[in-house]
Amino acid sequence: MNYVSETIGLAIGTFLVLLAAAYAHDGLFAAHMWVLFFVLLLSTVVLLRKASFAPQRFAVRPPAKSEYFDEVVKYGTIATVFWGVVGFLVGVVVALQLAFPDLNIEPWFNFGRLRPLHTSAVVFAFGGNALIATSFYVVQRTCRARLFGGNLGWYVFWGYQLFIVMAATGYLLGITQGREYAEPEWYVDLFLTVVWVAYLAVFLGTILNRKEPHIYVANWFYLAFIVTIAMLHVVNNLAVPVSFLGVKSYSAFSGVQDALTQWWYGHNAVGFFLTAGFLGMMYYFVPKQVNRPVYSYRLSIIHFWALIFLYIWAGPHHLHYTALPDWAQTLGMVFSIMLWMPSWGGMINGLMTLSGAWDKIRTDPIVRMMIIAIAFYGMSTFEGPMMSIKAVNSLSHYTDWTIGHVHSGALGWVGMISFGAVYYMTPKLWNRERLYSLDLVNWHFWLATLGIVVYAAVMWVAGVQQGLMWREYDNQGFLVYSFAETVAAMFPYYLLRAVGGAMYLAGGLIMAFNVTMTILGYQRDERVRGGASPAALQPAE
Amino acid sequence: MAEKHIDQLSGIETTGHEWDGIRELNNPLPRWWLWTFYACILWSIGYAIAYPSIPLLTDATKGLLGYSSRAELTADLDGARVAQGGLLEKISTSSLQEIVADPQLSQFATAGGAAAFRVNCTPCHGTGATGGRGYPNLNDDDWLWGGDIDALYQTIAHGVRDPADGETRISEMPAFTDMLKPDEVRQVAAYVVSLTGTPRDPAMVEPGKQLFADNCVSCHGEKAEGNRDLGAPSLADAIWLKSQGEVEIARQIQSPKHGVMPAWQTRLGDVAVKQLAVYIHSLGGGE
Repeated sequence: MNYVSETIGLAIGTFLVLLAAAYAHDGLFAAHMWVLFFVLLLSTVVLLRKASFAPQRFAVRPPAKSEYFDEVVKYGTIATVFWGVVGFLVGVVVALQLAFPDLNIEPWFNFGRLRPLHTSAVVFAFGGNALIATSFYVVQRTCRARLFGGNLGWYVFWGYQLFIVMAATGYLLGITQGREYAEPEWYVDLFLTVVWVAYLAVFLGTILNRKEPHIYVANWFYLAFIVTIAMLHVVNNLAVPVSFLGVKSYSAFSGVQDALTQWWYGHNAVGFFLTAGFLGMMYYFVPKQVNRPVYSYRLSIIHFWALIFLYIWAGPHHLHYTALPDWAQTLGMVFSIMLWMPSWGGMINGLMTLSGAWDKIRTDPIVRMMIIAIAFYGMSTFEGPMMSIKAVNSLSHYTDWTIGHVHSGALGWVGMISFGAVYYMTPKLWNRERLYSLDLVNWHFWLATLGIVVYAAVMWVAGVQQGLMWREYDNQGFLVYSFAETVAAMFPYYLLRAVGGAMYLAGGLIMAFNVTMTILGYQRDERVRGGASPAALQPAE
Repeated sequence: MAEKHIDQLSGIETTGHEWDGIRELNNPLPRWWLWTFYACILWSIGYAIAYPSIPLLTDATKGLLGYSSRAELTADLDGARVAQGGLLEKISTSSLQEIVADPQLSQFATAGGAAAFRVNCTPCHGTGATGGRGYPNLNDDDWLWGGDIDALYQTIAHGVRDPADGETRISEMPAFTDMLKPDEVRQVAAYVVSLTGTPRDPAMVEPGKQLFADNCVSCHGEKAEGNRDLGAPSLADAIWLKSQGEVEIARQIQSPKHGVMPAWQTRLGDVAVKQLAVYIHSLGGGE
């Protein structure tokens, strides 16, 4: 019988959750435990159906140690595409809710509950699955070692999906700590901690088992991401639950310390989740797709350590002109300025890896996708330090400019590099000759790129206008605009933003279709794209 | 160190390592990148010396410029106050009548009142002070509690039915559910609607008129013209605050809704309340 201990553990867990639902301290906890109960029950049934009572010698042969554990990567790739589409869809919905408040459907689907659903779905569900899947793919190949821990890889994947489901249903029920990007309550946080430690064990164990003498740069970035997120998650979520059978908890910090802890976390969620992790992705998939060496080993070392060291201090720039002491604001700002070049080191290394293969931007839509990702990475990592300058921040803070900034990073960098990785991995994982259609990749590229351009440009204009309206005083020193007027002025921008988001969503749907067809083994009859092998080209000098 | 390996295409040496077919060129750091990085670090050190930056045991370094965001805010506020040329102080010591009589002061108070209105009053009364259902329009001359400047001041300062304010304006229309039969309520409603010149079934209006005289005139007046001492609205002017049409009016008679407006004096201070009164008074309906 397969998965004996797993099945028994899951069954016991299901029963315990049923007890938790029965003895719940409050209605929300009971509701959430019922959700968990049915999810676990379903999982137990699925595992039981896999049971095989054949004698040992007929059992499926255990995989050879040299064989890569790619089954979990396949699931991760599908999950990435699925959660991506879900996250983009919720994004379009909340964008429309801002333009048309009547779309707020109380109580479960109002803006306040859907917004964290959107941010968590894209950052943690889409981005997180992309990171887990690609890190498992990359670490095995660059270490020439099978994923460490056997079924622990499955535990990481399914545990993470369970975390996503618990977080998402919690938001819709109205269960939240009210911490940006860390909304799930204490019991979901505890569970994620366990999953994350397992993730670290799997990743680190694979690195320790490596057959290469050196650790590849992509793995430095992935490891930095995993370790730092563990630290950030644990510290930021230190809290005392009101009851062990209730949803509510109180943070271990209070006042400005709490705010600073939150933004130390929030900023480094961007820094280590959305930057370091995806740089790891870039360092593997860009050289593989363009078939050229990484531009500079030295640059990769220097910018890695500079990025890791500097990023962690930059959080206070989220709290300019607040109760945070001036000295902390200064440090948050100068560390952000110093962070500019270390961030750009990744951009240089990514772009310059194309030296000698620049023509691929023309001929290979996947390369094009990766390059636009790196371009957006460069743009938003310049914009970020600029916005951290107090004088700029006094205009940009709290406005839609911030939303535009985060989306040029998230849609442009995180999204596009993940799409590139998905398109690279899918045919290899399922052993297909090529993708179903490169033309569709091209469609996806243009829809997504134009969508981002519309989105970001509109939000910049909106943000600057909003900031200027808020601080507009007449010659007698009186405020000129009411807040309601500044909200009304945003309507055309909010409408256009939804259009940009819808284009991005359309691209995501095309990807989902393309990936599905590839997995099913179809190939679209398409003209062969031009493109000689790099070796036949003239050197770039 | 791994053996030497040269990338064929660029002629540049690699580090000699290879991972899954990926090699790394041993290019130096781009100079412009390095020098910009150094420049950022130098600038940051300079900024940290100039501004508060290093936490000490009980305090932090003050920085050579002696900057503090509190001091900056205070200076900004003081500067704005100076620019206003003592007019705020003058408002503080002047009566409302004196403010309105002085053209400069009146203009200033109107502008200040408009700004205070935008921040504090627009959520209920609207950006144009046109109100909405349940929230009075402040542009017309239909006043619940009086439209001269002293009455406006009183209303703004102490609010309407604000439980936290001892001087708040307060009144309550009784619920007539128990006092009038449903038929009678409908008759009164028909009569009230007919007052605004809308023809209604005389069979309803006539008994309604009698019921109105028996039950309603003590507050709403003989001709339904309202009573500002009680905040009782005029029912004869076709301006409806909460209900429109017979059905809604009947509902209001049976179980009346009462609006609440917070007292603003404790929140905004007397000067702002005076400016608000002057501004509202200037909107067109001021008496």
